[in-house]
Amino acid sequence: MGVAGELTGRFNEKYNGVEYYFRLKSTNEALVKENERLHQQLKDNYQGPGQLNKIVADTFMIDSVRKIQKFIFREAKVVNSSVALQTNFLTIHRGSGQQVRTNMGVISPEGIVGTVVSTSQNFAVVMTMLHRQYTVVVKLKNGGERGKVEWDGVNPSYVTLRDIPKSAKVNKGDSIVTSETSSLFPPGILVGTVYELVEDKSSNFYTVKVKTATNFYNVEYVYVIDNIQYDEQKNLEDSTRKKIQ
Amino acid sequence: MSELLKNILRFALFLFVQVFVLFKIPPLHRFIVPYLYFLFILWLPFNLPRFWLTAIGFFYGLTLDYFTSTPGLHAAACTLIAYVRPFIINLLISQEGSDKNYASPSITSMGWAPYATYVLVCTLLHNAFLIFLEWMSFGSFLFFAGKVIATSGISLLLILLTELLFFRKEQFRTNTA
Repeated sequence: MGVAGELTGRFNEKYNGVEYYFRLKSTNEALVKENERLHQQLKDNYQGPGQLNKIVADTFMIDSVRKIQKFIFREAKVVNSSVALQTNFLTIHRGSGQQVRTNMGVISPEGIVGTVVSTSQNFAVVMTMLHRQYTVVVKLKNGGERGKVEWDGVNPSYVTLRDIPKSAKVNKGDSIVTSETSSLFPPGILVGTVYELVEDKSSNFYTVKVKTATNFYNVEYVYVIDNIQYDEQKNLEDSTRKKIQ
Repeated sequence: MSELLKNILRFALFLFVQVFVLFKIPPLHRFIVPYLYFLFILWLPFNLPRFWLTAIGFFYGLTLDYFTSTPGLHAAACTLIAYVRPFIINLLISQEGSDKNYASPSITSMGWAPYATYVLVCTLLHNAFLIFLEWMSFGSFLFFAGKVIATSGISLLLILLTELLFFRKEQFRTNTA
């Protein structure tokens, strides 16, 4: 896929140069929304009475000891995307030459997008949530119950959430976010919102129709997430599995 | 324009139309994927030997596969119709030998009914095999059957439009010339 990915990437980039203009408005809106959300989280927005409960950002965690940092975000431009097939991929203009490796999570300003599956020198192919074989571990934002999200291939705006026990409280409009147990994404990144609960009396688990946070029709910028501690965790888990066998 | 140059241009044009126009159309329904690109294989000249026909079919499908990141999927379907193509043509053309008198399969060279049958059989074969491979990894039988019918319908409509818009006048060739 390496050389071919480089070649198709060049064509896709040319095409995207035209397509991008028609999506500038919605791209801009998504980025402004993200900025607004991040501004809300600034410590200056919070103030309690008195001097005792002053909120201070702990720079020690970020600067002095690099090893504590777990996730690095790197922006990338989407040059090709599809929603019309059963196996949908994105091509991004950032490849192995720019620190993208396979098995990295990818998010958009609005929510999660997918996982990097192959890379060339300057381009990478991302398997999106809209792929019939894609699954991601998620949790309910309110209760914290974990489940997994997959796509049934019907509508690119909706995915299916499974394995949520019926003891959990699920309401229409609840947020579904990424879980701590997913090693590709930082916890708490929006996946989607509950659109509809599908009744199934024969099962102990809910099947939930989820509206995706990301609009896959016009995603133009994404962030590739590098989990620095991934290899260590993976090696430990693999060696444990080997020992048990 | 020489036959070779014409086909090289068609190769690129069909591929780009498929990747950058037809695949970009927002999906109407999950069963409907507009496939037109394999018309390139149906339009290849009569006089290509089977080996080269199959090889071109494979290479053509593989090129599309690299755009959709599905190595082997379209290549398999294209190789199949490229291989089966000569058999179908042999069954359909008249005994006077339009394959000797004309360059490539078209309405003028084969006649309306045989050409329509040829297109219909190849479209069904291509789509059925492609979606069969997809069905092997996911989906139900309803997905397979529904998608083959819907996709083939759209493909045939697109092929009809292409044939009407770009009517190919085939030159009658004689040995005496």
